Amino acid sequence: MSESHDGEHVHPESGEELSLYARRAQAIEALLVEKGVCSTGEVDRMMNMVESRSPSDGAKVVAHAWSDPEFKARLLADPRSALTEIGYSLPDTTPHLAVVENTEQVHHMVVCTLCSCYPRALLGRPPDWYKSFAYRSRAVVDPRGVMREFGLELADSVEVQVLDSTADLRYLVLPRRPTGTENLSEAELAKLVSRDCMIGVTDPHVPEGVAAS
Amino acid sequence: MAQSNKYRTGDQVKVRVDSPSHHYRTPTYIQGKTGVVVAICGRYRNPESLGHGGDGMPEQLLYRVAFAQNSVWDRYQGPSGDKILVDIYEHWLDPVGV
Repeated sequence: MSESHDGEHVHPESGEELSLYARRAQAIEALLVEKGVCSTGEVDRMMNMVESRSPSDGAKVVAHAWSDPEFKARLLADPRSALTEIGYSLPDTTPHLAVVENTEQVHHMVVCTLCSCYPRALLGRPPDWYKSFAYRSRAVVDPRGVMREFGLELADSVEVQVLDSTADLRYLVLPRRPTGTENLSEAELAKLVSRDCMIGVTDPHVPEGVAAS
Repeated sequence: MAQSNKYRTGDQVKVRVDSPSHHYRTPTYIQGKTGVVVAICGRYRNPESLGHGGDGMPEQLLYRVAFAQNSVWDRYQGPSGDKILVDIYEHWLDPVGV
């Protein structure tokens, strides 16, 4: 390990003492760079990309898919190239994205029981609860109970499919377009799409007065 | 690599029970359970090698396998149609009923 990353040298009185995990991350990054596995530039580019993405990016993608059935078909079949069409190019270094569509018959919900795999390249960083042991265990054992806590009560006739992203794919849920939104513009539709409904723990929420009667 | 898929969509598979001392990505709760292949996700470098500085070769086929929730959890509360879908590498799967 390089001397410059030795956490022992940080002075507590400076108020800048790094946590154990921050120091560990720095040490690992320094080692990876030292061994030529990646460059600091690559690390910075990935960090900048993740930090620049947020659920509003995912919401735009969902709203576009709702408005354009042909785009939706391409998004489900080949997310990476469909996203490129609308200006979201995912770097080759990011894990493959899979988009799963909620329908009247099937509702998807995403979890990573092993760690915190999440479509960061599109949605940015996951919420803290997504990474919690409570969510990671309850999402697989009692998904309907979790959804109830997010305000979604699904009928028994709807099949719940929980996706455990254990490996090389990251999942984005394409929620159902709410009824009564036929006259909304794409920008208005995007406002209905929350981060949580792209994880699948709930459905898009339509505020009073927005949907056509 | 001309290696062909061992399983096809619709095939029943059983997850191996193992706890190797190295990094692996097959959750314990799904080990020993029987499910159905619902998608073939492609070939990826083996995380069990990548996790320890290896090159991840040869690549492993990754399958999306669906399990009935009530076959995974004894006291599952939801309807019998509910499923859990887990991405599992080929070398963790055994054929069923062949």
